[in-house]
Order: sequence, then structure tokens, then C-alpha cells
Amino acid sequence: MGMQAFLDIFDIYLLEAVINGILLGGVLALLALGLNLIFGVIDVTWICYAELVMIGMYAMYFIVQYYGLSYFIAAPFTILLVAILGAALHYLVIAPLLTAPPINQLLATGGVLFVLQSFATVAFGIDFRNLGIRLPVLAFGDMNFSYARLLSFLAALVGMVAVYLFMTRTFTGTAIRAISQDRQIMALMGVDTKRMYLITSALGGALAGLAACLLVLQYDVHPFVGLSFGPITFLICVLGGLGNFIGGFIAAFVFAEIISLGGLFSDLEWGYVLAFAFFIVMMFIRPAGLLARRR
Amino acid sequence: MIGQGRLAAWAVGLAALVALPFLYRDPYHLHILVLILIWSFAYTSWSMMGRFGLVSLGHGGFMGIGAYVTALLWNHLGWSPWIGIPISMVAAGALALIVGYPCFRFRITGHYFVLVTLALSGIVLQVITATRDYTGGSLGYTPNRASGNKLLALQFDDKTTWYLIALGVWLFGIVVWHWVDRSMARYALEAISEDEDAAAAAGVDVTAEKLKITLLSAVMTALAGAIYCQYQMFITPDTVSGIAVSLQMVFAAIVGGLFVSLGPTFGAVITILLAETLRIGFGTKAVGWDNLVYGVLLVLFIIFLPKGILGSLLDRLKPQRKVPRAHEQEAVQIARPGT
Repeated sequence: MGMQAFLDIFDIYLLEAVINGILLGGVLALLALGLNLIFGVIDVTWICYAELVMIGMYAMYFIVQYYGLSYFIAAPFTILLVAILGAALHYLVIAPLLTAPPINQLLATGGVLFVLQSFATVAFGIDFRNLGIRLPVLAFGDMNFSYARLLSFLAALVGMVAVYLFMTRTFTGTAIRAISQDRQIMALMGVDTKRMYLITSALGGALAGLAACLLVLQYDVHPFVGLSFGPITFLICVLGGLGNFIGGFIAAFVFAEIISLGGLFSDLEWGYVLAFAFFIVMMFIRPAGLLARRR
Repeated sequence: MIGQGRLAAWAVGLAALVALPFLYRDPYHLHILVLILIWSFAYTSWSMMGRFGLVSLGHGGFMGIGAYVTALLWNHLGWSPWIGIPISMVAAGALALIVGYPCFRFRITGHYFVLVTLALSGIVLQVITATRDYTGGSLGYTPNRASGNKLLALQFDDKTTWYLIALGVWLFGIVVWHWVDRSMARYALEAISEDEDAAAAAGVDVTAEKLKITLLSAVMTALAGAIYCQYQMFITPDTVSGIAVSLQMVFAAIVGGLFVSLGPTFGAVITILLAETLRIGFGTKAVGWDNLVYGVLLVLFIIFLPKGILGSLLDRLKPQRKVPRAHEQEAVQIARPGT
């Protein structure tokens, strides 16, 4: 094989990896949005966020495989279920700790991470399960893209636009944004902050549920699946600046590209390692986050 | 300063601990004791920085490095753990510096610091899994049995030897804890945990102080990982690294209380006895149940008893100080009150 032929193939793979990175970025951006929403409004980090996604993936698996319902009927149920879980998490764990030091809240959600993981282990076992839905592969020129990724990307975009519209066009959304700007004053202006926190938590849960519906198309579900994309979501949020929606959105695509291009050369895990190395370097260059103004 | 009475109490307690395996030889109970001592050392190492508000969830990563580097050097290069353990400790220390320096230099604290370290332990787990050709991946890894000198290979068959080694390492951890407790660094770090800017203004080199304690804590945690590996002779990524192990350290330290030097040890006793009881109670169905109970207890502890069992008990026994300082109300940012 001549050098030219090698380059041609390499370019095709490269382009395919770049596009796959963009598709992956959609789901990561969705995850980052949920976490940022919770942080921005309630000032709490749910380190069990990826575990909520895992529970959602199991819900999808059981509704589709066990009860035999179609994927599109199962999805709204799953989103609703995880939204309720999010609200319950806030009501049971975060609300009693609202006045406690932030680090206590964070560690309490770490306890919830343990609970959810081991609940899944006890209830569902440690087997890898998948939906058994094989979506066709879309051939475009010499490149192949899976429909699952394309669908995930589009659905993630729709989800993000829906959240944007909710936050900007409705009274509740406006109130939530106002709370994120000033927690004390909104209570004085007659906004029920407790209710707003619950709604935000449910919304964050719903986003995790949507991510679960999309991820279950591409990945097998097992009790520890949250560990494969939890850490990367945290890095995205820190790099984008916690609570910064646009920063998180951009960082999600940057990380997705690194993972996708890193995975081109070897395993997906090495993509994560590259992403982490990139993150460390970025901390030196832009310690206050990707979009922070230089001092 | 340790008074005469307390010194005597420590001496008697230690003598009893050293004498124990010679008087009582039940292998199962000795095994549990060895595990408690090794994990106590790991939890004490974590609490060295945890008590100053530096909540790291990356210690699973350091422990994994200690265990895997030592075992890999032994199996692939034939290097004795006597060389391998120091190398693994240096490796963990280097990683701690690489991640710690930008964090401390650029004031990445609170939520951000926890998330960065959390990602660190996740990444170490990914690396161990990714290099499955060398590390066996998630199936686990076994150091080769030594054919020659047992001492050179740091492999012993009898529990008594391991008990004494674990006791020595644990005692070393407690001594280091007290050494830090009585050093100037403690005052600097307490000042930092209350107000970084004020501490810096008072002439404390914030970055250097934080880096020193992080380095010490990471290196000791790597030692705990290596000792655990040599004792168990089998490691998996999940038992020595990752987010779960990091959380387990935080949990035990909080349950015991970071208040006092024996707090993490107390936490290890409680958590390991709990896990063993659950394991025996549930039999082979125990997979997951112990962690389920752990998780629920962790949440309950943080909500209702943030100072830990030992910490709260000592609080009751001691006359109340006038005003508790702000950081003492936090689950992990608890300094020892002036004695």
C-alpha cells in the first residue's frame, strides 16, 4: 500500500471519528446540562448523577424486554421515573442538608451513589444486559455511522432546546433562573423556593432519564455503568465552569472529540485518559473554567 | 503533648496488641484483624488531609497505584516488593503533585476539588481496566508465588507475621498523624481551611502547605494498597481503586470521626465488622447488600451525626467549648480542639 492510499483511509477514519465525537458530545452535553442545572440553582453537586442514569437504563431494559412495550412508550415512563427519583433525592437527602456545609451535601450524594449501585447489584445482578434493539448502520460515502448515535444526538439537542424554552418562556423557568442569581431575595419576593428546588431536581432527573433512554441504545447496562461516564461528566462541568450552561455545552463537545479521536488510536478507555490529561493541562491554562475571563 | 497517663495507656494497649496473636490463634479472627489494621492505616492516611477540609475522592487511585505498581514490577520484572513498594509510593506521590499543584495553585477548592479528585480515581480505574493485557483487567491480578526467599518477596503464609506487619504499619500511621498534629503545618492548614485569603495574608504559603499534606497522604495510601496486595495476594480494580474505594475511605473516617487519631481506626473496625456480619448473615447473596447498608448509613450519618461516633462521644464527655468554630460543624473539616 502506497503512502497516498494510507492517507486516504486515515482521513476517512479521522473524519468518521470527528463526526462520531460530535454525536457523542450531544449526550455528554445533556448530562452536563442536568448536573449544571442542579448546581446552578440549588448549589449542590449530585455525584450520584450517573447512577440515576443507570437506574433509568434498567427501567428501559425492563419495560422493553420484560413487559414487551415499544421503545417509544417506554421512554416517557423512564423519564418520568427518573424525574421522580431526582425529586425524591432532593426531598430526602438534600433538603435536610440545605443549611449544612456544601461538602456534607456532596458526600451524602456519595452515599446515595453507593445505595443505587448496590441496589442495582442486589435487584438485577451484575450481568450485562442490553435492549436487543439493533438499529441499522447508516453508510455515508465510505463512512459508517450508527443510527443509535444519530438518534441520540438529535434527541439530546431537542431535550436541550426544550429546557432552554422552559427556562426562558415560562414563569417557573424564569423563577428558577432568578433563584440561581440570588437565593435569598427570591423568597422575599414571594417565590416558593422549596417548590422551585423540587421542580429543578425533577427536571435534572428528567434529563438523566432522557440520557438513559439514549445511552441504553448504545451501551449494555450493568450496576457500574455509571462509572464509565460519571467521571467524564464531572470533568466537563468543572472545565466549563460549574453552573455555566454554555461552558458545559462547549466542554462536552471538546471532551467528546478527545475521547473519540483518542479511541481511534486504541481503546475507548485511553480516550478517557487523554481527556483527563487534557483536563489537567487546561487547569493550568484556564483554571477558572473554559469561558472565564482572564484576570 | 501526651501526658504520662496517656503514654502509659498507649504502652499497655500496644503491648496487648503485640501479644494478641501469640495468645489467640484463630486464623479467621486474625485475618479480620489484619484487614482492619491495613484499612485503618488507609483511612488514617486519608484523614491526614481530610481533616483540614481537603476532601479527596482520589485516594482510591493512589491505593490502586500502590497495589498494582508493586505487583506488576514483581511479576513482570521480578523486582522485589522492597524496591517495588517505594517505587509505587513515588508514583502515587508524583500523580498527587501533578493533580494537586494546579488545584492548589489556582484555588480549585470545595466542589471543584472533590470533582477533580473523583475523576482522578475514576481514571486510574479505567487505566487498570484498559491495560488488561498486563493487569488482568477487571478479572483481577495475582502476584506470582515466591519460589525462593519469602522475606525478599514479602510473602508470608502465617497470619501472625502479617498481623505484626500490619500492626507496625498502622502504628506508623498513628505516629505520623500525631506528628502532623503537633507540627506547625497543622496550624497553617487549619488557618487555610478556615480562610485561605486570611492565611495567605498572614504569611502562610497556601499552595506549599496543601501540597505537602497531600503528598504525605497519597504516599501513605499507596503503601496501604501495596501492603493490602501483598497480604491478600489477589487484587481487582474494584477492591483497591476507583470511586467506591474512595467513598469507602470517606465513609469510615466520618463514621469514626476525624476528630481524634483513632477515629479512622474506629471507623474501620465498625465498617469491616459490619461488612463481615452482613456477609455471614446473607451468605453468598451478600453481594451488594453490605454496600447498600453502607450507603444508607453514610447518608444518615451526614444528616444526623456529622462528627462521627467517636467524635460525638468525646464531645459529650468533654465540657462544651464556648463557641464551636465554623469548620468544626462540617463532617470532614473537623480539627482537634485545643487540649
